[in-house]
Amino acid sequence: MTSDLAIETSGLVKTFGDTRAVDGVDLAVPAGGVYGVLGPNGAGKTTTIRMLATLLPPDGGTAYVLGHDVVHEAAQVRSRVALTGQFASLDEDLSGTENLVLIARLQGYSRAAAKQRAAELLEAFDLTAAARKQVKAYSGGMRRRLDIAGSIVVRPDLMFLDEPTTGLDPRSRNQVWEIVRALVRAGTTVLLTTQYLEEADQLADRIAVIDHGRVIAEGTSGQLKASVGSGAVRVRVADPTDRPALATLLAESLDAEPVLDSDPASLSFRVADPTVVAGALHRAGEHGLLISEYSLGQPSLDEVFLALTGRPAEETAPATNDPGNDPTRPTAEEVPA
Amino acid sequence: MTTTTRADTTNPQQPALDASVIAAVGGAERPRHAGPVGASMTYGWRALLKIKHVPEQLFDVTMFPIMFTLMFTYVFGGAMAGSPGEYLQYALPGILTQTVVFITMYTALTINTDIEKGVFDRFRSLPVWRPALLVGALLGDALRYVIASAVVLTVGLAIGYRAPGGVLGVVAAVALLVLFCVALTWVWLIVGLKVRTPNAVMGTSMMVLFPLTFVSSVFAPPETMPGWLQAFVDVNPVTLLVEAARGLMNDTADGGDILLVVLLSAVITAVFAPIALRLYNNKT
Repeated sequence: MTSDLAIETSGLVKTFGDTRAVDGVDLAVPAGGVYGVLGPNGAGKTTTIRMLATLLPPDGGTAYVLGHDVVHEAAQVRSRVALTGQFASLDEDLSGTENLVLIARLQGYSRAAAKQRAAELLEAFDLTAAARKQVKAYSGGMRRRLDIAGSIVVRPDLMFLDEPTTGLDPRSRNQVWEIVRALVRAGTTVLLTTQYLEEADQLADRIAVIDHGRVIAEGTSGQLKASVGSGAVRVRVADPTDRPALATLLAESLDAEPVLDSDPASLSFRVADPTVVAGALHRAGEHGLLISEYSLGQPSLDEVFLALTGRPAEETAPATNDPGNDPTRPTAEEVPA
Repeated sequence: MTTTTRADTTNPQQPALDASVIAAVGGAERPRHAGPVGASMTYGWRALLKIKHVPEQLFDVTMFPIMFTLMFTYVFGGAMAGSPGEYLQYALPGILTQTVVFITMYTALTINTDIEKGVFDRFRSLPVWRPALLVGALLGDALRYVIASAVVLTVGLAIGYRAPGGVLGVVAAVALLVLFCVALTWVWLIVGLKVRTPNAVMGTSMMVLFPLTFVSSVFAPPETMPGWLQAFVDVNPVTLLVEAARGLMNDTADGGDILLVVLLSAVITAVFAPIALRLYNNKT
């Protein structure tokens, strides 16, 4: 309940039948800036957000949002937060303008003020040309922008963004990132879920990694990456039968454990010292092992997961069976409490 | 990369959303959110907009009534009452009732479709009286009932129906129908909230509505039916509704029937509205 925390949860639990979608989540999200919640499909990200946005009553634990209990003071929470769901929370039959006017009217704007506010937001989000078109005809990026515009008709103190860039092309993704940064500068705290380490890295001041409904790591992106190793080397061999030999050779020269991917031609390493990589690849060539592709980069979410849980992210994500994380049909598997 | 200004809009790679977004965000006043009535009216307005954008949804509301009126009058009329004209006098109030009762199920369809889309989450996370969405839907539906009634009456008039009860009787009959059907809509809201897909909603509603409307005094006098069926017809609320509406339109209004319909509507609302609201509030 400390006032400088935007969100404080303790032992938050949500179960759907036998599945513990959220299994004791503790979060302490500071006010201001972007807080990233990183995890694979089915980790419990969406369910957590829905509880924090008062859409889903928790089965256990406590959650305070902007100092208000999400269960007993839901109305106060709702008046200060906004939610942009994983799939656009828009009425597809209505035009862009109508969607925004609808929200503005519900927020208490007069008819004229609502129209003016809608026009202002459409202009700011580069949607004026499509203002009169039905949202059905919008591209993914346009929907996402309109959706976010809908969330800031009245600027919220806290905004939940559930996987805002999943499925977007790079240009639309950059636009969304710009919008998030602008919102933060205007004073809104943003809680963002994502499956992409890069996105969390670009935007978030602090990151919580969630797996199986639990927070398994928390910190700045620098701290998280340090726990994973400074870089990842990914290599593909031209001939998959060369992989074991290459694995042995590189393991020795890089002084790292090889990770064999499901792709029979590829393998990866987490390395502490990226400067030895060039030499190691050169040695492989000298041994007649033909490398078709290689890359040196930031650890991927898979690698973060591997480092944190000892198993790849895919195995933890039977995503589609998890009712809490299938927002195309948020109601499909759930029985009202 | 984050200090772009409006001047940069010429660069298509990095649209300068930032500055204008900040301006737009900064310009946001914080009005007091809409009250229950305002919010309900706003959702009602949304229902009107949907009719404007998807006029096909009025297709069911207009085509069914026209088809039913013509088909029943000319196909069965001669056999049932000696001539289509005479049968029309009997059946039109029934067809009117059946039509309006039938389209109540679209409420379930609408709410179910809303839930399936993300827009439901948006509405529920807004700081307004939550049931406003349901009340707004009811307002929109009431309008559809009136439109459908107007269609049936127009077709009826065109092919020779004359209401002995006059304009007043007809208006009163339509008002009674709308009252009852709005009450019935609460039941459909529950179906819409419980059933998983719009298709399932359709299936469920057909199963209920066909027997309910046909096994009544809508198309034929119950005296011609076997005894066991009459027993059902007698307790079928649609029979009561038809008789009340027919009375008003035929200038043989039965105060008891009308009162019973009003009471029944009140009871249905009292029982099902709280259930619908509760389900809606807890919908996850």
